[in-house]
Parts: sequence; structure tokens; C-alpha cells
Amino acid sequence: MRPKLILLSDELVKQIIEEGFALLTNPGIQVHNDEARSLLADAGAEVDMESKIAKIPEKIARQALDSSPSEFYLYDLDGNQVVHYGGDSVQFDPGSGGITILDSETQKQRQALTEDLIKFVKLVETIPQLDAQSTAFITSDVPEGIGDLYRLYLALNYMRKPIITGAFEKETWWTMKDMLVVVAGSEKDLAEKPVAVFDACPSPPLKWSDITCQNLIDCAKNNIPAELISMPMAGANSPVTLAGAVVQHTAESLSGVIINQLANPGAPIVWGGSPATFDMRKGTTPMGAIGTWMINCAYVQIGKELNLPTHSYLGMSDAKIVDAQCGLESSSAFMAALAGANMVSGAGMMDYESCLSYEKLVVDAEIIGMAKRLIAGIDGRQTPIALDIMQELGHKGNYLGHRHTLRWYREELYIPSEVIDRDTLEAWEKKGSKSTWERAQDRVDSLLTQYQPSPISDEVKKELRDITTKAANKAGMEKLPDLSFE
Amino acid sequence: MSQEMLDKLAEAVIKGETDDAEALAKEALEKGLDPLQCITEGLTKGIQKVGELFGSGEYFLPELVVGADAMKSALNILEPALVGDQAREVVGTIVLGTVEGDLHEIGKNLVGTMLTANGFKVIDIGVDKTASEFIDAVKESGANLVGASALLTTTMLQQENLIGALKDAGLREQVMVMVGGAPVTESYANQIGADGYAENAMSAVDLAMRLVDAPA
Repeated sequence: MRPKLILLSDELVKQIIEEGFALLTNPGIQVHNDEARSLLADAGAEVDMESKIAKIPEKIARQALDSSPSEFYLYDLDGNQVVHYGGDSVQFDPGSGGITILDSETQKQRQALTEDLIKFVKLVETIPQLDAQSTAFITSDVPEGIGDLYRLYLALNYMRKPIITGAFEKETWWTMKDMLVVVAGSEKDLAEKPVAVFDACPSPPLKWSDITCQNLIDCAKNNIPAELISMPMAGANSPVTLAGAVVQHTAESLSGVIINQLANPGAPIVWGGSPATFDMRKGTTPMGAIGTWMINCAYVQIGKELNLPTHSYLGMSDAKIVDAQCGLESSSAFMAALAGANMVSGAGMMDYESCLSYEKLVVDAEIIGMAKRLIAGIDGRQTPIALDIMQELGHKGNYLGHRHTLRWYREELYIPSEVIDRDTLEAWEKKGSKSTWERAQDRVDSLLTQYQPSPISDEVKKELRDITTKAANKAGMEKLPDLSFE
Repeated sequence: MSQEMLDKLAEAVIKGETDDAEALAKEALEKGLDPLQCITEGLTKGIQKVGELFGSGEYFLPELVVGADAMKSALNILEPALVGDQAREVVGTIVLGTVEGDLHEIGKNLVGTMLTANGFKVIDIGVDKTASEFIDAVKESGANLVGASALLTTTMLQQENLIGALKDAGLREQVMVMVGGAPVTESYANQIGADGYAENAMSAVDLAMRLVDAPA
């Protein structure tokens, strides 16, 4: 039996969806994108050109929900189907959109450089618990104008796993798409075997900015999966009640599905998000708050009710160092797994959603491993479960060498890496009385030695470099940073 | 009698009762009470108490916001009634806005609230404002402070543009510029020639106080 976390009663689910639809007509959605407003108006929404507010009748929403696929797959760069967005499949990727890296020497945040992101991408490749890459953070050694596409360029050079990414501009989305087409081989190949998902964020409450809305439309038209990231902040820009925040998430996400499907019915779209509660003392948006986790899991439940692939931002911490708070808050990955979110973004991310850490990533990998084991549940495995064996071994109980133990122990018991200390006190002391942080550093070093290079050809690499160099030139940078860090 | 009215005004602010505060302000004027006294010994006492309760962890941001709202609504009645040179001691006047291309406003709003509560005159021009919109507001109000907020690494460049535009408009000497927002750092603020950086609404007040005291 698959264990599940259900937060919303059936009645509340109904009410939330109903109120989500109601918001689409009153006050409507403010859409700062011309093409989206045209699509909506053509479909029968009442669009006010002055206020940019679209009032979208339920019928249009229902049609969009009907045309949205309930599942799709992502492929790795070897062409294998490796990620399933749909049903209750649960997969994990690192947080994306960070702006700093936690320095391993100083334990302080600093701006990231090209070599940091390369190291991060390689590390993600070697971590078995992570199912996809992300464009985890921007690097400070390229102009702001190419910050988004440069992350993708670096990742594509070193990854095999599919990737969750996003653009910061309208134009850069196209450059990033060109890169993906080069790697996939052709537009058709990319559409048939997607290797990337683009995040697209509405602005709370109930708005779409020009840029992200355009990204959403361009994804649809090019059959590139889009992942909606609605982010109500309960009590700040959404109602403070958790249910109220979910209602806002529902309306914003419905509007995203609508715009995406109007641009191309049948395009792959994900019901995702990154909501949070608002800390009423500090004015911050804690990713470690229990309310944050609950809003996340609740909106995933709504997405499943609407038969859409789901995503969540969980497994992050507000801590600035990899300490106890960091560990305990990152355990929200368990919640995400129990809620059945198809893709859970957040591993490695801390200080809200701004900083990434190699060490935190490998600790989070253990949480993820445990979470995956949790949702695999308990199965009898044999019939009888073990009655015959227990009767055979009686009161002696030598299970350690028994064939039943040998047969099942690897599947039944999640065996963590050395990041998790399972030694006796003496052994722990002999090894240097290491802290989680120190053991994580050792693990990072050890994993990196196992890195297998990307399968892409030198020709593809050259094309990627040419595309990125051209973009860099336009942004005022003559030559890209060197990639020779071996 | 008049002490009672002053206490009631303070209480309306402490309780965040905007309608009551407004009604009491009107009543005070009708009764011929001194509007300046109503402000300094009524409303200001109230908002100071709100600040204390926030500091001690009994009040949180929502109480702060409604307290400031109540104070503002009463000020709207009382300030126009101030006679001649009785102007309320305004610590400073700030033009506050979120830069062009950026729609984020919660932080900015909190800063505005805290500054109002601490005696500043706040002209909040809103979000997605161009440098020239900031400049127009500075010219119109004679502000001596500008606060620019940016939440995205892409829009924080506009803070630098704003400072350049202020220079071009010949206003750079008139105003102190403070910047803030999630990606903004002290070193970035120094790099672009801002006069100060504040990390949150509370430290924004401290910064603003220091900047208006600083010699021209």
C-alpha cells in the first residue's frame, strides 16, 4: 500500500476549486502580455485593454483542463525515458534560481562562478537519489543579460539527466530553446523526447507579467513542457488562511493552464508552485514553516483532482548554515513524497530560495532516499510473510545469514551513505569525530570522483558554445569563461 | 477632557481602528482641540506603543500595518488643520518606489509603514516606476530621501540607472538614496553610489534617520 498525505477533505477540495473558478471572473486575472490577452479575448474572455484584466468564464477553463495531458515523460541525454510527470510518480531535482553558493571553506555565502555551477551539475549527476538537474544558480562571471541561458549552457555540457530550468527574459527563452534543439537533434526530436521543463511564474495575486507569460506561450507553441510556479505568500499577498492561499494558487494556476492550452491545446503543462507563509515578525517567507509545507501539499492534491502532473518546492531550509535547523526543515521532502508531487524541487537550497550548497545537497539526498523508501511502503513480499522461516528458525533467530535476509535486505532497508553517521561512538571518534558538515564534504569529494562526462558530441558542444557566445557578445561580453576545469 | 481625547486617539492607533481614529480626529477638531497636540501627544504616543509591542513580540506585522493605517487616517484629518508654522515635525520626506520592470511591493510597503510610523512623510509612488517617475515625485515633493526597491537580479540594475538619472536631473545633491530588496547587498549599494542599504523595514528606519541627519 502506498502511504499518502491527504490534507483536504473532499468538500474543501470542491470549494477551493469552485472559488478558484470564481476568481477567474471576479476580479479576473491581470495579464501584462499582449498575445495572451488576444488568445483569451478570442476564446471568449472579457478583456479590458486598459486595466489588462481578463475575466475568464469557467467554460474556457474546463476546456483547457480537458486538453491538458495528464502525464508526460522526460528523457536523459542518452534518450532513455527517466522522469514521469503524472500519477503518483515522485521525483526530485535541486532548487533552481539561486543567486549564491555556500563556500565549502568559509561556510559563508558568496557569488557563484562558472566552476561552481559545473561542480554542482557534476555532483547532481553522481547523486542517485536525484532524478533531474536544475539550473540551480546564476554565476556572477557573465553579464546579467545572459544569466539564465548561461546556466543552461553549462549544465548541458556536463549533464545526462533531464533538467528543470527557466528564462528571465522573452528573448533568452529562444536562445535556450535553440540550445535544447541542438542537443536533442531537431525540434521534432525535442518535442518527442523532451529533456527540459521551463518554469513560468504568475505574480501574486492573480497576475501574469509580460515575460513569464510569453515564456508560457512559447513553451506551448513549441511543445516544450511548462511548469507553473504560483507562489502566494499567505498573509502578505494572498489570504492568510492556508485554504485561502490554496484558492489563490488554484486561480493563478488555472489561468496558466488556460493561457498555455489556448496557445497550443495538448501542450504539456505542470501544476506546480512555490507558495509560503509570511513570517509576521520578520517579513520573510519561510520555506521551513509547517504552513508552507501544508499549502504545497494541499495544492498538489488539487492538481491531482484536476488530473494534471504536479510539482512542488519542498526540501529547502531558511538556515544560513548546514545546521540542525537546516536538517530538520529539509525533511519537508517527506511531505512532498507523501503528497505524491511528481517533481519536487528544492534539494541543496537554503537561506530561503537564494543559496545552494554542495554539502546540503548530499544531506538532502539522504532525506530523499528515505522519502522514496517511505512511499514504496510495506509489502508482505512473500506468502506467508515469513511464518515458515520463523517456524524454521524458532527461538535461535539467526536471521543475519538466512537466504530470506539476503534476498530482501537491500530492497527493504534504505542504506544511507556515510553522510549519515551509523558508527559506534568509538568508531566515530576514531574517524575524527566528524560533524554532518564534515562528513558531507567528504561525500561531495568522493562522489565527484565518480562523475561520468556528458554524452554530447564535440560538434554539439561547439554549437552550444557558438550560440552562447553570440548571446554573450550581444550582452557586452566578448569571450565566455573557460570551461577547462579538469 | 482633552487628555481623555488624546488617550482615545492613542488607543485607536494601538488597536488599529482606522474608522475610530478618523472619527476621533474629526471630533477633536470640532471640540477646538489643538491639532498639533493631538498628533504629538495622541497619535504619536499610540504608534510608539505599537512599536514597543512589536519589539517585545506581542504585536506582529499585521498590527503594525493597521496601527500605521489608523494613524495615517487621523493625520489626514488633523494635518490640514495645522495653522501656519505649526507644521508637524517631519523627520524627512522620502519618495519610495519599486524600480522599473519590477512588480514586487511587500518589502517597500513595510518600509513605508515603518517610516510613516517614525515621523517620515512617505510618498509611495508604487511599483514598476521609471527613473523619471521617481524624479517627478522628488521635484514635486521636495523630498530629501529616495528609497528604491528591487527584488530581481535583473531589475536591480535600475537602481544604478536611477542614481545616474538623479545626477543628470541635477537632483543628486538634494537627496540621499537608499536601496533595498532581496538580491541587493551593501557592497552593491556602495558600488552603484547609493548612500545606504537596508536589509529590512526596521533597519530601513535606522538608516533613514542617519541619512537625514548626515550633513548635506
